[in-house]
Amino acid sequence: MKIAIASGKGGTGKTSLAVALLHANAERARLLDCDVEEPNCHLFLSHTVIGHKAVELLIPQVNPNLCKLCGKCVEACQFNAIAIAGNQVMIFNELCHSCGGCARICPHGAIQEFPVKIGELSQSRCKNEAELLTGTLEIGHASAPAVIKAAKKALPLQDVPFTLIDSPPGTACTFVAAVEDSDFVFLVTEATPFGLNDLKLAVEALLNMELPFAIIVNRIQSETNLITDYANQQGFPIWLQIPEDRHIAETYARGGNLLDVKPELKKVLRELLDRCQP
Amino acid sequence: MKIAFSTEGESLESLLDTRFGRCPRFLVWNFETNSFTLVDNSQNLQATQGAGIQSAQNVINTGAEALVTGHCGPKAFKVLQAAGIPIYVAESLPIRELIDSFEKGTLLQLKEADVEGHW
Repeated sequence: MKIAIASGKGGTGKTSLAVALLHANAERARLLDCDVEEPNCHLFLSHTVIGHKAVELLIPQVNPNLCKLCGKCVEACQFNAIAIAGNQVMIFNELCHSCGGCARICPHGAIQEFPVKIGELSQSRCKNEAELLTGTLEIGHASAPAVIKAAKKALPLQDVPFTLIDSPPGTACTFVAAVEDSDFVFLVTEATPFGLNDLKLAVEALLNMELPFAIIVNRIQSETNLITDYANQQGFPIWLQIPEDRHIAETYARGGNLLDVKPELKKVLRELLDRCQP
Repeated sequence: MKIAFSTEGESLESLLDTRFGRCPRFLVWNFETNSFTLVDNSQNLQATQGAGIQSAQNVINTGAEALVTGHCGPKAFKVLQAAGIPIYVAESLPIRELIDSFEKGTLLQLKEADVEGHW
């Protein structure tokens, strides 16, 4: 079962929750860090890296000896990545989505695709025996969803019932790539107007994708707050509220996790996963 | 010789559009015939990416030998440079005035992109 930990707003505690969930469910869960533009779960988990694997995309290259400058590839490219200027075809790799359309449409067989490394997966075993898989997008590349999808496809170190997915913030294509195909989503937010606004965007996206979700409110100062008001009004479930607590922040800053401060939450964090099962 | 101007309008009194990639059309002035044609660029208004590249392609396809616009980003600059089309920049003035300035040689020619992508 795949469970994504997502949010609209960044900095609400996705990674904190994901890492704490892994600690609380170490024998039955693995964690994919799919926040590939800035993965950071590894900072909070004592681990040994077992292996690396490159994530590659196919990028077209033109053979100038075969190219007749007909312009069919320019027309075919839905990503505006190709232009013909002077007597050359210019391909802007950073805009290419590796659809392969240009290579197929070329009547002269002048376009061939070659793999280009855009990111890396690194597989680790944590001290608690659980698996951590980290996806990292290479600097200068923009195809974060491709790295996220590769991370989700990677073979697990061992089969476990739960795969946790730490998702990127926002509600753009990276968010969609991380949460799609999951069986359940935890939306982590905070009780601020900004947190509420972005929660609504994330909820709208998940409703569109018909994905079941529950809300988790972090750093609350009161059991009733603007998130609980919203959730009650809309009939959305809130499964956990985590209090504002300086000790949690201090521990996090030292690379510790939620359970170091609140070991009593372990039972709740195990139940959270059980409750996701239909 | 033909010269392309980015614009929202449809006449010589229309103002130069200082956006290049996402200008709605180009007015292409022909010095031989003293007349102009309008070239649609609206498909790039909604482009999610690469608007500058395809606007540059559009300018190349018009056969223009120079471009007058407000600003130009790095990718469009690269394409126009490869096609040997010089880029001149100006304020949002009527195109008729800019044709005069071009003939007098008072327009500033860009030696490199003057704005970042997604400007």
